[in-house]
Amino acid sequence: MSKLTPVLSATWDQADSFTIEGYKRNGGYSAISKALAMQPDEVIQMIKDSGLRGRGGAGFPTGNKWGFIPQGDNKEHYFVVNADESEPGTCKDTPLMMANPHVLIEGIIIGSFAIRANYAFIYIRGEVTHVVRRVQQAIEDAYKAGFLGKNILGKGFDLELVLHVGAGAYICGEETALLDSLEGFRGQPRLRPPFPAIAGLYAKPTVVNNVESVASVPSIISNGVAWFSAMGTEKSKGFTLYSLSGHVNNPGQFEAPLGITLRQLLEISGGVRNGHKLKFWTPGGSSTPIFTDAHLDVPLDYEGVSAAGSMLGTKALQIFDETTCIVRAVLRWTEFYKHESCGKCTPCREGTWWLVQVLKDLEAGRGTEADLDKLLDLCDNIMGRSFCALADGAASPIISSLKYFRQEYLDHLTAGRCPFDPMASTLFDTAGVK
Amino acid sequence: MSIQELGTESQVQVEMITCVIDGFEITVPKGTLVIRAAEKLGIQIPRFCDHPLLAPAGACRQCLVDIEINGRAFPKPQASCTIPVENGMIVKTQLTSPVADKAQKGIMELLLINHPLDCPVCDKGGECPLQNQAMSNGRSESRFEGVKRTFEKPVPISSQVLLDRERCVLCARCTRFSEQIAGDPFITLNERGALQQVGIYEEEPFDSYYSGNTVQICPVGALTGTSYRFRARPFDLVSTDSACEHCASGCAMRTDVRRGKTLRRLAGEDADVNEEWNCDKGRWAFKYEVAKNRIKVPMVRDSNGQLQEVSWPEALAAAAQGLKNSRSGVLVGGRATIEDAYGYSKFARVTLNTNNIDFRARRHSHEESDFLESVKLNATYKDIDTADHVVLINFEPEDESPIVFLRIYKQVHKRLVKVTNIAPLASRGSEKLKANLIKTTSGNEAQAISSISGLTKKSVVLVGERISETEGALSAVVKLVNDSGAKLGWVPRRAGERGAVLAGAIANLLPGNRPITDSAARVDIATAWSVDSIPTEQGMNTDEMINSDLQSLVIGGVDPMDISAEAKIKLSKKFIVSLEIRQSDITDIASVVLPVAAVVEKSGSFMDWQGKVRKFEAAVDQSLNRSDVRILSMLADEIGKPIKLPSVKSARAEFDSLGNWDGPINSMKLRNSAAAKSVASDEAVLVSWRNLLDKGSLQDGEENLAGTARKSILVISHARAKALNVSSGDHVRVSNSYGAITLPCQIGEIDESSVWLPRNSLNSQLIRNLGVVSNSIVKVDKA
Repeated sequence: MSKLTPVLSATWDQADSFTIEGYKRNGGYSAISKALAMQPDEVIQMIKDSGLRGRGGAGFPTGNKWGFIPQGDNKEHYFVVNADESEPGTCKDTPLMMANPHVLIEGIIIGSFAIRANYAFIYIRGEVTHVVRRVQQAIEDAYKAGFLGKNILGKGFDLELVLHVGAGAYICGEETALLDSLEGFRGQPRLRPPFPAIAGLYAKPTVVNNVESVASVPSIISNGVAWFSAMGTEKSKGFTLYSLSGHVNNPGQFEAPLGITLRQLLEISGGVRNGHKLKFWTPGGSSTPIFTDAHLDVPLDYEGVSAAGSMLGTKALQIFDETTCIVRAVLRWTEFYKHESCGKCTPCREGTWWLVQVLKDLEAGRGTEADLDKLLDLCDNIMGRSFCALADGAASPIISSLKYFRQEYLDHLTAGRCPFDPMASTLFDTAGVK
Repeated sequence: MSIQELGTESQVQVEMITCVIDGFEITVPKGTLVIRAAEKLGIQIPRFCDHPLLAPAGACRQCLVDIEINGRAFPKPQASCTIPVENGMIVKTQLTSPVADKAQKGIMELLLINHPLDCPVCDKGGECPLQNQAMSNGRSESRFEGVKRTFEKPVPISSQVLLDRERCVLCARCTRFSEQIAGDPFITLNERGALQQVGIYEEEPFDSYYSGNTVQICPVGALTGTSYRFRARPFDLVSTDSACEHCASGCAMRTDVRRGKTLRRLAGEDADVNEEWNCDKGRWAFKYEVAKNRIKVPMVRDSNGQLQEVSWPEALAAAAQGLKNSRSGVLVGGRATIEDAYGYSKFARVTLNTNNIDFRARRHSHEESDFLESVKLNATYKDIDTADHVVLINFEPEDESPIVFLRIYKQVHKRLVKVTNIAPLASRGSEKLKANLIKTTSGNEAQAISSISGLTKKSVVLVGERISETEGALSAVVKLVNDSGAKLGWVPRRAGERGAVLAGAIANLLPGNRPITDSAARVDIATAWSVDSIPTEQGMNTDEMINSDLQSLVIGGVDPMDISAEAKIKLSKKFIVSLEIRQSDITDIASVVLPVAAVVEKSGSFMDWQGKVRKFEAAVDQSLNRSDVRILSMLADEIGKPIKLPSVKSARAEFDSLGNWDGPINSMKLRNSAAAKSVASDEAVLVSWRNLLDKGSLQDGEENLAGTARKSILVISHARAKALNVSSGDHVRVSNSYGAITLPCQIGEIDESSVWLPRNSLNSQLIRNLGVVSNSIVKVDKA
């Protein structure tokens, strides 16, 4: 277990980790006294120096994002937390907010102070009502304790924090769609430029950060840049939450330095389901091209995964063993993208509609080998042609699955049906299920 | 036409950018989008959502091109409709980049997978950007073998616009137009993914005066006009550039005719006037020309008082007989073309030897005649684009000149230009313009006008024709403009009024703004007309002619109910020669009726409120109907005092040869305003204007258009509502000694002493029902 570096998750096993008392007992809310005593620009510099990169998928340096906010512009600035975690496989922010909402709030206070925002928003996925309630309570407690509101800690800094509950659209995890939704419009991505740092929420300079990125901030302030950057790899510093799910013996959150490999993570998590072997996996959620057992030693940092042809994404490691039909898995993901396409641009809206139909035929063993080329060509016409990255995410699993498992697609066509037993891949008891 | 050309700041020195597109270098102003720069080179990049007058959306992705800047290539093709050119940019379109070409073909294939194959029965078929670009930039065959998305179709989103969601490519042109251009965001995109669709809120249909533009800019057949649906194929239509006859906005139009019948009218393009838009009245109100009561042959009233169809020589002889040696006058009406108005002007002076001529078939005043003679009108649409302040006085642009409204709204949307409105209440249009309202009841305008300060040479003052209803108001405007140097525009409602002033169809002016009182001006015209002299006797205006003992009148398109309740009775005592297109209150009492051409059947020109000439040619060919001027010329010959204007062309040539007056002009006699009226608690000052869509006779026969007219309501203040103990929607009665009108009330921010009613709408025709239209005290009580 030596590989793990629990920071965010260090207190999750405590019964009251989510309460303000529990958080304070573990040293919580001490970073803000330190941060609020600093100059805001010093805070930004510190985060820049730490090398913290966005944990929401893109890996953009958090400190740089904060630094983009124009200062002295006499405009209101806004700090927005993207808690619209909705990608298949991605499940780190939800437990984080459930087990330790105050670390997020403390991060928000520091971030807002740094970019000089007096209003902050948490945009949270509407489906997770239990998390909504927990964060709402935490915000209330933080107000009562004087960490939010007017003149925080007597340092003259005011911050109002608003929790906004989304209505269940994956696209609202895209930061500009999130801002539209937060403003009360339908969530659809906005044309950039202008970028949110210049004209974001209500056309004012806005930072949009992922939950985990923001929650990582207090520990950096408390423990220093050197402590943080000692973890991880050269360009991917620090610790992060790896979410293992699927055919793994001991699924869950594993907080480790960036650069750890799946092989190491599997060792920690008890390995692939007993009696089975790894077939394929996603390094960062369903939008990232899949990997196979050939990639067990790829360092799971931004550069390592990218060099191997995928993306670190949200570090959502979905593990699939040999009982899983690749066509079926890819079809399920594609159905998700079709359902979640916002409809704004043609390739995503129409492309996902079509992809689902093609994949359904292939899964049922209908079609010819030429259909595989059509499918690939279709992906080529969708990937990189859309307004936002959602469509790229839809095409990625298809392209990568054909790269590694083309023969399995062909087997469907030869058999005229799916050669797999779907029950064999389930993780629940299927005895008696027809 | 590019946005830069349509833009308004072209006078300002702008930075120029040089880039390379498909190997050709081009220099364009900074901010030009790649797609637009390519157009300048003649390179057509396919597109759907892009529209030069709408903010970029980047939604359809059809215009993808490869772009490299200073050696760094974008990793993937970019939407050329969203990216401005930069120095050192190298663009490769579908013509030179296989990647861009494949990307475009791929998008086109995707657009077509859910598009129905109903082109053979689609209105857009034959003029469809989707069809055309599928041919130019698409695959020859689709690879889609799946199931298409289907919807119920068509769905009415208003009485005049139908939505076919299956055909929609979701480019959002219509929704962006409604929000950005018209300020009527009543349609929006709903749902998501492939089920995304244009929709309305159930209880609020697409009640916009500009909804027809969405049909025109729809790049597929998703939005269609109810009246035109399934009526024609575009390739069977003969198109003629035309000008709109409905108001003084001056829209360029296109009239599409099949076998002698107008089937539709579209907005034409003119950057200096209507850009690419028009209003629904201009687009859809043209059925009047095929109305059942259209007059096709001349008629003469027989001894039994019945109109009998006769031959042209008989009719002309009868008219000449009645007019000869009689004291006569001419009522032109506000809808004459410049050429026809010129014909009436010359006919009055030469044939009837009188200055009794007036084009105003509405409330009018001597102050207004003076104003039109002596005040220089210099405001234009472009001045609105750069204005620091727009002042509207007795003028509701959305109802009374809708393209003026669009032009002001454009600046409100873009830069929140300051708008001040002198009006009794904040109309919907005024609210959309975020106007600062100076609440003023009818009769008190002069005082409100003099309270305006801070105008500069960049300000624009626009007055409506209703300003003549208050004595002293125009004088106050003249003072305001003289003191500030602001630009002044007079925006009458009807298309022919500004041209009629210039043509001399008013007692105090000869053609070319020549004052009748100036002997040199009279000599000018007498010489040009080869007559001994021009009558010098002061002419009468419309009211005076109607009330006078003149024995005869020649009347163009005039509705006496636009003038006064008694006009018809009074006119019936005179010998009337009526030049009309349809049976009317005037033909009812006329002794001789001469049929004339409707606008689509003749050529001519209107002058818009800016003073810009809007020429048009006959759209309906080989009609037997002739323009007024030709008939007047025949009548003059019959009388023996020819005007020698046998055609529109000859009238235009002669009028153009006269030139404008460059001699001295009389300065305006400024008038004082009457003291404010005092009203008892159960009384109010009547205020009104005409809604754009109402009972106007040119809107006859178009039920779908009438379906989007605003409901007739009566507006009272909160205090009055409280006093009357009524709530919104309750019926309230407005009455005077002449009659009464009862309408549901709307309680709003209206001047306390006023009550507002639509002037000529369903159940609210003020002259007919009350005998007055404004500036008059009426009794208000609960119905």
